Amino acid sequence: MNITLGAVVKGGTSLDYKTGSWRDQRPVIHEDLCKACGQCEMVCPDSAVYVVDEVYIIDYDYCKGCGLCAYECPTDAIEMVPEEK
Amino acid sequence: MNHIEVVEGSEAVALAVKACGPQVISAYPISPQTHIVERLADGELETEYVRVESEFSAASVISGASAAASRSYTASSSQGLLLMTEVLHASAGLRLPFVITGVNRALSAPISIQVDHQDTISLRDSGVIQFYVESSQEVYDTHIAAFKVAEDQGILLPVMVCMDGWILTHSYERVSFIEQEEVDSFLPPFQPVNFLDVNDPKTWGSYAEDDVLMEFKYAIHEAMQYAKGRIKDVFSELAAITGRDHGGLIEAYRTEGAEMILMAMGSMVGTVKDAVDELRSEGKKVGLVKIRCYRPFPFEDIWDIIKDTKIVGVMEADFSMGSEGAVGMDLKAKLCGRPDAPLVLDFIAGLGGREVNKKTIVQIVQKAEEVLSSGLPLHEPHWVDLNPAILP
Repeated sequence: MNITLGAVVKGGTSLDYKTGSWRDQRPVIHEDLCKACGQCEMVCPDSAVYVVDEVYIIDYDYCKGCGLCAYECPTDAIEMVPEEK
Repeated sequence: MNHIEVVEGSEAVALAVKACGPQVISAYPISPQTHIVERLADGELETEYVRVESEFSAASVISGASAAASRSYTASSSQGLLLMTEVLHASAGLRLPFVITGVNRALSAPISIQVDHQDTISLRDSGVIQFYVESSQEVYDTHIAAFKVAEDQGILLPVMVCMDGWILTHSYERVSFIEQEEVDSFLPPFQPVNFLDVNDPKTWGSYAEDDVLMEFKYAIHEAMQYAKGRIKDVFSELAAITGRDHGGLIEAYRTEGAEMILMAMGSMVGTVKDAVDELRSEGKKVGLVKIRCYRPFPFEDIWDIIKDTKIVGVMEADFSMGSEGAVGMDLKAKLCGRPDAPLVLDFIAGLGGREVNKKTIVQIVQKAEEVLSSGLPLHEPHWVDLNPAILP
C-alpha cells in the first residue's frame, strides 16, 4: 500500500486498536454507590465510559486503566482492581 | 501602471500578504516583527485574525486553518520562531502550505533584539522552505511568490520568507506594488489536496512505524528537490508581470571571470555588492553569489557559478555551536569528493547585529587572498571582528 500525502488516511481508525490490553488495573463501578453524576464520563481521556440504559458502564476494549475516573468519583463508586490472568 | 511608494519594510510585507488575501492570520507580537502584524490587523483585510497567547498557538491555529482549506499566514522572530518549532516540523509532515515571515533576530541568552540568522537557520531541518531577501522590494515580491510555491500541488510545504529585523523591517525604501488583478491572476485560490471535512472525517498525520516513517520523510525531501525547479518558474512568472528579476534560487552578481566568490544572504548582500563593485574597479576578480532560497539548498546553481573559481568565502550570521556555520557546512558537504572544487572559507559575521560594512568585506577578501597565496587552507571558521580581549 502506498503512503499518503501528510499521512492523511480514513477517519476513526483508533476504533480498530483495542487499547484495553495495555491496562494493568481495571475500574469497576459499584452501582449501589453510583449517583450517575457523569464525572467519570467527562474525565475519561479515552471516551471509554458511557451510559447504557441509564447505567454507567466502562468499555474495557478501550479503557487503558489510568484510574482518572476512580480518582474523580465523588462517591468512591469506582474501584481499581488489578488485572490478573 | 504599478504604483510606487516609499514604505517601511514591514508595511511592504503586510501589503503583499493583504494582496494574497489569506483567510486566516494568527500571530503573537514580538520585536522586530510587530509592525507587520499591526498593519495586518488594522481592519482593512477581510480575514479571520486570531489573537493567541503564544507563538506555539499561532502556528497551531494557522496549521489547523490550512488543513481546513484556508490560505493562512503568520509572522514571528527569534524566541517566537523557536516556540513554533515543534508545530513547524509537524506542519511540514502534514504537508500544510502556509506562509510565515521569519523576521531575523538573535537568540537568547544573552537577550538581544538585534539581527542575525541563528533563529531561522535553526529551522533549516524542519521541512519548511526558506527564502532570504535583501530589500523591501524583494520582500514584497517574494511573499507573493511564497504562497504560490507553498500551495503548488507538487510541493505543499510551509514557506518561510526570512527578512533581517530592523535593517529591513524598520527602514523605508521605494517599493513598486503589483495591481490587485495581476496578483489575482498570478495566484489562483488555494486548492488543497486534502482538507478537513465534517462529512468525510479523516485521520491526519496517522501513526507511522519503522516500515513507512522513512518514506514519509523522503517524500518531503523529494518535494524539496522538485521545488528547486518550480520555484525558479514561479519567480520567472512573477518577474514577467513586474519586470523585476531578482534571480532564481540564487543571484549571481559580477561573477564573470571571477577567481573569488563571496556568498551571503539577507540584507548584508547589498553591502557586499558595493564592496564587489569597488574591488572590481581595483581589478580584483571577485564576484558574489546571493542565496535567495536556502532550503532546498541550491547546490547545482551555486556549482555552475563557482566551479571555475579558486576560492569561495561564505559570510554568514549564524553558527552551529561546536562545529561551523550552517551555510558553509552545506557547501563543503556538497563539494567534498570533487577534485576540481574551489577552497571554501567560512566567515562568521554579524552575529547580534554587529556591523558588516565594506571594510569588513575587504578584510574577508584579504584573508581569502592570504589563504590562496600561502596555499595553507583555513579549516576552522573565521569569526570576523571577534574581540578575544573581552572573553571571560
